[in-house]
Amino acid sequence: MAEENTLLKLNDVSTSFKIDDAYYDAISHVNLTVKKDKILAIVGESGCGKSTLATTIMGLHDLNTTKIAGQITFENENLLDLNEEKMNDIRGAKIGMIFQDPLSALNPLKRISDQIREVLDYHTTMSVTEKNDRVLELLNQVGIVNPQRTARQFPHELSGGMRQRVIIAIAIACKPDIIIADEPTTALDVTIQAQILDVLRSIQTENHAGIILITHDLGVVAETADEVAVMYAGEIIEHGTTLQVFDNPQHPYTRSLLRSMPQGDSDVANDDLYVIEGSVPSLEKMPQTGDRFAARIPWIPAEYHEERPTMHVVEPGHTVRCTCYQHFYFKTLEDMNI
Amino acid sequence: MSLIEIKDLKVHYPIRSGFLNRITDQVKAVDGINFNIEAGETYGLVGESGSGKSTTGKAVVGLENVTSGTIKYKGVDITETNARHNVKYNQNVQMIFQDSLSSLNSRKRVLDIIAEPLRNFQHLSIEDEKIRVLQLLETVGLNPDSLYKYPHQFSGGQRQRIGIARAVATNPELIIADEPVSALDLSVQAQVLNFMKKIQRDFGISYLFISHDLGVVRHMCQNIAIMNKGRLVEVGTREDIYENPLHIYTKRLLAAIPEVDVVKRQERQQQRKEIERVYQEESSQYYDDEGLPYPLVQVTPTHFVALPKAQLIDQLK
Repeated sequence: MAEENTLLKLNDVSTSFKIDDAYYDAISHVNLTVKKDKILAIVGESGCGKSTLATTIMGLHDLNTTKIAGQITFENENLLDLNEEKMNDIRGAKIGMIFQDPLSALNPLKRISDQIREVLDYHTTMSVTEKNDRVLELLNQVGIVNPQRTARQFPHELSGGMRQRVIIAIAIACKPDIIIADEPTTALDVTIQAQILDVLRSIQTENHAGIILITHDLGVVAETADEVAVMYAGEIIEHGTTLQVFDNPQHPYTRSLLRSMPQGDSDVANDDLYVIEGSVPSLEKMPQTGDRFAARIPWIPAEYHEERPTMHVVEPGHTVRCTCYQHFYFKTLEDMNI
Repeated sequence: MSLIEIKDLKVHYPIRSGFLNRITDQVKAVDGINFNIEAGETYGLVGESGSGKSTTGKAVVGLENVTSGTIKYKGVDITETNARHNVKYNQNVQMIFQDSLSSLNSRKRVLDIIAEPLRNFQHLSIEDEKIRVLQLLETVGLNPDSLYKYPHQFSGGQRQRIGIARAVATNPELIIADEPVSALDLSVQAQVLNFMKKIQRDFGISYLFISHDLGVVRHMCQNIAIMNKGRLVEVGTREDIYENPLHIYTKRLLAAIPEVDVVKRQERQQQRKEIERVYQEESSQYYDDEGLPYPLVQVTPTHFVALPKAQLIDQLK
């Protein structure tokens, strides 16, 4: 399916880590397509493999302890076959990355302008004045009010929101085709979060980049993304447009997550939140066959789960893993043993 | 009489500088706030980072020296150490922290962590102590074999529940919960919030619930105070704050919460932009000459807002 606006295609990608001489899948058999001009959100709880997915695309794993299978196709090349030198030409230039913690992603000893210029030094042949102009232009683009001043400052002189803007400026410095944003707003206040998401959206419209937005926050996804992939225990369990997934969630996990969000109309004294039973199994204890979510919904009989769950089409563009979604119902709060 | 009455509380930090290290300025972390917590209720204190909400919590529990003002517990001012001792304040008021990993001693077993307040205040025999700790573990839904484990052997949600077990060990009347769920995943957050409510129903505990998450606060709290720059900008019941916010800061906070309703997202973005514009352009009407919020004025019996009178009349039109 070589569509025109496909930028990046993940085909059956699995990443496994070595623990005590055996390899365990952190993400297994992931299929995804990143399209031009679209924001693809990958949502899931901690440990579901969403950040591993980002680092796999960027090629940030130590291959002595990590096994990666499948293909990641970008510009007709499989990123997994490229050597370090070729990857360095892609990282930062064609695929940019925005990290969660802006303070640890910036060098505390270098001025902001130098840190942005570093990317330009590596990937472009601009003259010094061109680079200086580009730095100011970038700072302006991410909504920094006084670019001249900020360029001369050090990271500790900036607030959290400003630092995250600088990180975004670094990520977009070479106008990458793809931007991977790993929890870009988690460390920020809600009002700052709203501003950063606006910046991301405006960059996407200006640069026509494809954005992979990795987050645990369902609200952020619903407000920003065009497409959503929900991950659980290393697998994508539901995939569709944002409207499809949020308005018509199918997989028991997606439905449970949405249900466990605090609702506005609850009774303060007595209403409890919906709780998903059990917990995510650790990598070593991950069941190798069967539905990985089955243990969390024990009241659904085993015969409704598939032995080797596959993705099923609910409607065009909307897919769900395992057949159990057709039989799923919520236990009432009284049945639950809180 | 309320369980806790806070009157004109101020916590200022000195800034020292110069050759003699003299005090040259003050950071007014908490600058004159008033509120009451009734027995058995959950009181929400909301603000962004740097608003002074955590300092307020620490001052109430006694971890922070109060610059001026009073904190009355059942009518006794506990800003003096002797008074605190007389009403067993340190036993009756406990705290739950945000980061469960750093607030539990990583070299101690769960038994010793939970028993620490018991050892401080109720001199039980070794057997009784163990029985009590097992009871507490059961209350928060942890296995009895957790007793001899160390904090790193638990998941984030379980660790937070160990923190809750430690806080309820002395049967306190008030628990200060400083961002208790902000480091947790959604499904674990639901678990911990349910436990907090269950314990409240069973033991009649009051909470001072400090959070930046307005969704969680709405679920937990009947009365809410919004804090900004060390002062309160709006105080009211849940309905007052969420359905009829009057201060621009409250409106801005509410507008910034991402919602899961995909259909209305364009509409909400417009609304957010409009509020942000008002906040930027008309902030002088909402803040005084020094950029600080005005004193609170009463709008309805439960609803207070920090606005000058003239501005308030405009708002209510």
